[in-house]
Amino acid sequence: MQYSKKVLEHFTRPHNQGKIKNADGVGMVGNPKCGDIMRLYIKVAKTKGKSETLKDVKFETLGCGAAIATSSMVTDLAKGKTLDEAMKITRQNVADNLEGLPPAKMHCSNLAADALHRAIKNYREKK
Amino acid sequence: MPKIKRIYLDHAATTPVDPVVFAKIRPYFSEKFGNPMSVHSFGQEAMAAVDQARVQVAYFLRCQPKEIVFTSGATESNNLAIRGTLKAYQAKKENQGVIPHIITTQFEHHCVLNTCQELEKEGQIEVTYLSVYADGLVRLADVKRALKSNTILVSVMYVNNEIGTVQPIVEIGQLLREAHSVERIARNSKRSTFRDTRSKILFHTDATQAVNYFDCDVNKLDVDLLSLSGHKIYGPKGVGALFIRDKSAITHVQSGGDQEAGMRAGTHNVPGIVGMAEAIRQIKSSKSKVKNNEILKLRNYLIKKVLKEIPKSHLNGSLDQRSPNNANFRFDDVEGEGLILSLDMEGVAASTGSACSSGSLDPSHVLLALGLKHEQAHGSLRLTLGKSTTKQEIEYAVKILKKIVSRLRKISGDVLKEFK
Repeated sequence: MQYSKKVLEHFTRPHNQGKIKNADGVGMVGNPKCGDIMRLYIKVAKTKGKSETLKDVKFETLGCGAAIATSSMVTDLAKGKTLDEAMKITRQNVADNLEGLPPAKMHCSNLAADALHRAIKNYREKK
Repeated sequence: MPKIKRIYLDHAATTPVDPVVFAKIRPYFSEKFGNPMSVHSFGQEAMAAVDQARVQVAYFLRCQPKEIVFTSGATESNNLAIRGTLKAYQAKKENQGVIPHIITTQFEHHCVLNTCQELEKEGQIEVTYLSVYADGLVRLADVKRALKSNTILVSVMYVNNEIGTVQPIVEIGQLLREAHSVERIARNSKRSTFRDTRSKILFHTDATQAVNYFDCDVNKLDVDLLSLSGHKIYGPKGVGALFIRDKSAITHVQSGGDQEAGMRAGTHNVPGIVGMAEAIRQIKSSKSKVKNNEILKLRNYLIKKVLKEIPKSHLNGSLDQRSPNNANFRFDDVEGEGLILSLDMEGVAASTGSACSSGSLDPSHVLLALGLKHEQAHGSLRLTLGKSTTKQEIEYAVKILKKIVSRLRKISGDVLKEFK
């Protein structure tokens, strides 16, 4: 499996890894059958008169190199963004920022953006 | 990346060519380059080498040299064994309109499994895929139960390539012989008027992973067909052989020249054939027996150490009925591709049954056949030792493995819990 340098960097030293206690939203994707499971936690900053932003984003992922690297990357991309901006982050954005993913990984292991969107939806539903 | 010492623990994937073997091969590229099918001295020189190689392989298998067919590897040998048996069967007039039955196992190598599945899909054969159990072994009773009046071939691998478990080949061979004689007696006693044309059920074994470590005497094993490969035994890639006890029971599947007595068309891979034969000759040496014992000891040490030092680690398949060089583990809450990727970064080469390493979506069919859950199969790791493996390498590999498993578990947290 040919991974880019960027993927290997994020796989070896993932950013924002771990749980957020009392997270405002949690998003979970994947299943044990396919082998990749991601759980993404968000903490939302609410300032009066301004749109809500992602103060903190963290993840836990059981999965292959690409699954871990995309999880790490999506947290980097999402942190500090408004919720609406974060909803616009796509799988392709994640892959591009990782200098590409092997074709086989584009679908099965590139689920991090979905996890982020779910976490935001989860937050909005709870409100 | 700084240069790190590399440790190769993937000998079931392939092995390095032994220097002695390489020395034997060398002249057959530019000096003795003749085509064995040529009449002139260049050709005859090459043919002499192929003939000698055939004698060496036959000696190892305890068969006649004429019963050996050289191929491009075990995949071709297995294809020839199955397709060739079917083709010969179909060519007989009395078999017209009969769909023959083949028995194999759920955890064969894909070259056997996919061949059977393709032929089945085409409506040419019906197939029974025998279950294997948590120990990774086929049960004799299951073979017996699967036998039908239209069974023409039983194909069971000698040693499984992923988990290294050793199948009861001798016992299956015996069972088939008994089944055959019982049927013949029954038929004779009925004094049936129609001619008994039913031939013996052929028994094929893929011995690719067995040659290094197990007795491959075809008479003891009671097999009619046996496949082997060069590159798993410190020989070159791109060469293999098929033992065929009765050539009339097999029809060639590749058309072309008259090489290999018409059983396998295509110019001989002379350097490959010479190399494979030399590699096989090495296995018989007493040095190799000592080496195999050392490998077994190291492997046992590896298994003990991993199971002891790494929490929630398990061995896949039977420990006793297992090839001396194979260890196959699984680790809870860890995915295999991340594992081998991390190991590789630390210089340790291994393999996994995780889907992510193969390009397919499903994890190893072998591990699923053992009854493992998908997530367990995804978390598997195969370490296969070779004759150059040292204790220091094992120590290092376990140390690194322990570190990596704990790092990956930290990353995965407890996400699996939600599915339990």
